[in-house]
Amino acid sequence: MSGSVSQDVAKAGTYKPHRSLTDEISRHVREPFPWLIVIFTVAVALAPVVMDDVSMRESLLLAAVYVILASNLNLMIGYAGYVNFGNIVFFGLGGYIGVYLATSWHVNLVLAALVGGIGVSALAYLFGRGILGLRGAFFALATIGVNEAIHAFVTNFEPWGGATGIYLSMDAYEPLGGPMNGLWICYFLIVVVMGLSLLLSYGVKTSKFGLGILAIGQNEDAAAVLGVPTPRYKAIIYAISGFFPAVAGGLYFFKSGIIEPNGAFDLTTSIEAIVMIMLGGAGTVTGPVIGAFLYEELRGFLLFSETFSHLQLVLAGVLLLIIVLFVPGGLLGWLRARLPWLRKWLQ
Amino acid sequence: MSALLQAVNLNRRFGGVQAVAELSFNVNQGEILGLIGPNGAGKSTVFNLLNGVIAPDSGQIIFDGTDITGLPPYTVARHGLARAHQIMQPLLGLSVLENCMVGACFGRENMNLADAREAAREVAQSVGLGDRVDALAGSLTTAGKKRLEMARALSAHPKLLLLDEVLAGLNPTEIEHMIETIRGIRKSGITILMIEHVMRAIMSLSDRIVVINLGKRLAEGTPREIAENPEVIKAYLGDSKLLATAEESVS
Repeated sequence: MSGSVSQDVAKAGTYKPHRSLTDEISRHVREPFPWLIVIFTVAVALAPVVMDDVSMRESLLLAAVYVILASNLNLMIGYAGYVNFGNIVFFGLGGYIGVYLATSWHVNLVLAALVGGIGVSALAYLFGRGILGLRGAFFALATIGVNEAIHAFVTNFEPWGGATGIYLSMDAYEPLGGPMNGLWICYFLIVVVMGLSLLLSYGVKTSKFGLGILAIGQNEDAAAVLGVPTPRYKAIIYAISGFFPAVAGGLYFFKSGIIEPNGAFDLTTSIEAIVMIMLGGAGTVTGPVIGAFLYEELRGFLLFSETFSHLQLVLAGVLLLIIVLFVPGGLLGWLRARLPWLRKWLQ
Repeated sequence: MSALLQAVNLNRRFGGVQAVAELSFNVNQGEILGLIGPNGAGKSTVFNLLNGVIAPDSGQIIFDGTDITGLPPYTVARHGLARAHQIMQPLLGLSVLENCMVGACFGRENMNLADAREAAREVAQSVGLGDRVDALAGSLTTAGKKRLEMARALSAHPKLLLLDEVLAGLNPTEIEHMIETIRGIRKSGITILMIEHVMRAIMSLSDRIVVINLGKRLAEGTPREIAENPEVIKAYLGDSKLLATAEESVS
């Protein structure tokens, strides 16, 4: 036996790595899952056009924003195992940067939103190097602190309108061909950001970087001993998880026509995003999508129901408790435990 | 024989306890060096110092010609020093293969995913986990998790492997298997530094043994020299059975 063992180990020892990035990408293109994301994204984009239904567009837009928030937060919670309670700060700050550039400087909307995304990611990286040394509850508290600090700063920042925020005039939509057209363009852009968020989530999960992040999520100390550069990786995933929410913030608040501090940095939305992740299934690509759509439906139903209209958040809290206690894998985790063949199709 | 790792005058204090005191030793290229000592002698602390989990208060660690003193564990891993833990730390939610892939991806050779998958598969095979590669690490038995600790460390293709009590908690059959595996690893050219309480195993596996007590080096020599050393016998006083088994396995 010892002979075969040593041969195997020796063979493993001489193995020389080499494979190019194009090989890596072509491998993904042959997988079914990325195509499911593309089909889903196109379907969401076209549904309200085909149905010629503006109210459907509005509810799908909200659902798409929820998917963006939940999917990117899942990179932190589901993959890296760090609960970020203040994730809404990305959305709000990106919104401010995007709206400010698009209105005061007349920057092209897409460019303005992208600058918001890059700015927020860069800030997140710097913050991340500081606060990601904290673990568990302390990290979660620090993320709330970041949100509240930026909330307070923006409330007192006059160029961004202070406590009243920034209002858009009708002229702001002229570059997009008027308000009617502008709303549709914003919708399509947000749906694209949603699709890209899901591809990002899939890409991270199936990459070497993602393997390191998943290892950190399982056991950070063990990951470090295995060679995962934990401080840098954590800061990078924190920065990445801020990018698309920030871009979406720029588009969303531009479309809304107003951005003000209390709406932009609302902790409630942060917590709702956590409920969506847990509802659908943390650590999966599809879970946050299912959770976001279900939550959007539920929220709509509760808001319009006479009995429950003031209890939306209470029910969200109860829902979160039930999931954490009884179905920690969420809906997708529950399904995949029973139907293993789903794993190939729903990552 | 040249030294792959040199520990020079290492010191580490925890509050009022001098866990490691002026400790020096070398690990030579290609050998199995045993590190033994009574409970609380500071063995695991020595490992923690070597792979960067904690930094020494003073002293120096030279690995393969590079000063790695005070470097973080992930940098030490990149230099080719891998470790299997005494208390197993499997990444429970990942598969056996993925666990090994983490070792391969982030270890000495910095492999990409596809190559890491191949390397991980081969190593899992070589330590006897070949048919469990797709199982979740959390579903393995204790013996399986011990093997996974080794497989994960080996997947990095390290130059030096630190084995921290990989035989503890295994039954006699499993110990026999593990000893064979360790011999196989050494034959493949990987140097091994191991902490072990199973005397029979460490006496038969080691080329040399360093004995520490209260953080200090008590003795160093071949297994036979160690078994006959009066200082060592004194340190293990009250545990004469331990030494009896040691003598038995050497002769």
